[in-house]
Amino acid sequence: MSKVYLQTNAIGAKISFLQGVKDCIPTVLGYFSIGIAAGVVQKTAGFTILEITLISLLLYAGSAQFIVAGMYTAGASISAIIFTIFLVNLRHLLMSAALSSYFRHLPFWKNVLIGSQLTDESFAVASNELSNKSKVNEYWMFGLNFTAYINWCLANVVGGILGDWIPQPEKFGLDFALPAMFIGLFVLQILSRRKFSLDTLVTISSVVVAIGASYFFSDSTSVMIATIIAATIGMWIEKWR
Amino acid sequence: MEIRADIFIIIIGGMIVTLLPRVLPLLVLSRITLPEWGQRWLQFIPISIMAALITQSLFMANSLDLKVWIAALIALGVAGFTRSLLGTVVVGMFVIMCLRYFY
Repeated sequence: MSKVYLQTNAIGAKISFLQGVKDCIPTVLGYFSIGIAAGVVQKTAGFTILEITLISLLLYAGSAQFIVAGMYTAGASISAIIFTIFLVNLRHLLMSAALSSYFRHLPFWKNVLIGSQLTDESFAVASNELSNKSKVNEYWMFGLNFTAYINWCLANVVGGILGDWIPQPEKFGLDFALPAMFIGLFVLQILSRRKFSLDTLVTISSVVVAIGASYFFSDSTSVMIATIIAATIGMWIEKWR
Repeated sequence: MEIRADIFIIIIGGMIVTLLPRVLPLLVLSRITLPEWGQRWLQFIPISIMAALITQSLFMANSLDLKVWIAALIALGVAGFTRSLLGTVVVGMFVIMCLRYFY
């Protein structure tokens, strides 16, 4: 009896994992392109292939890797670079918090695993999946995260190897892959939530605040300020109307 | 082929300061129950952060590049009509490549 139960459980986990892998596929091209661009930039900044492999495996954060390459070339100090990485990646606090209610039933190590592979992209895909559900199978999340992780590291290495041949990745539209992907994820999110007028208002708030704040703060800080203010506006309006 | 000491320190240090905000909220907030307004607030985070990230990559990075605006509008249309993520990315990249090649 318990053996049968364990077996069906294992099969269920496998199916969920594979579904997560499948749901990651549409984002693979977008992130592969940007990963190649990151590899090229890091290579151009003088990083060896081994260093590129290590940074994509351990840091695993797109925008931060671009910034490290830029700052290192400019001769910034180690502490300044690490502090900048911290600021740029602080937005993960918000994404991690937003996911927490869906994974509250999980043990410690599973939450650590999910959190450590959290990216803008996996968060956006997961949000779409979660917007109509109260819970999600953690193996689905593992499948999604694992695919994104492999894809990113592979792309970085490929970019590092190609680095000597394509010094200008933007010529091939590679730099537009990421914005295009977020536009797609954003539209899917809006369509699945069915709160169109409220979401439009939140979007406008976020855009306006992000642009306004960028005159006074760095881009990554502006993103956080915009997210916090726009989400607060959404929460208030939903409550009072 | 080697790993320089300063790069290594940057990678490890960067990993730690990135891991903390990624993992801590998941661990802490899954142990406590948030008030109703807090849960509602968190439900607006995805849409707000995506809007802000798009704004950042389109307008803040390359301030007034008309080609990027055109490609973004087309990508928005493709996403709305096809609901295909892959289609949006492919068309978007193709449009920006053509715009840069011809103009």
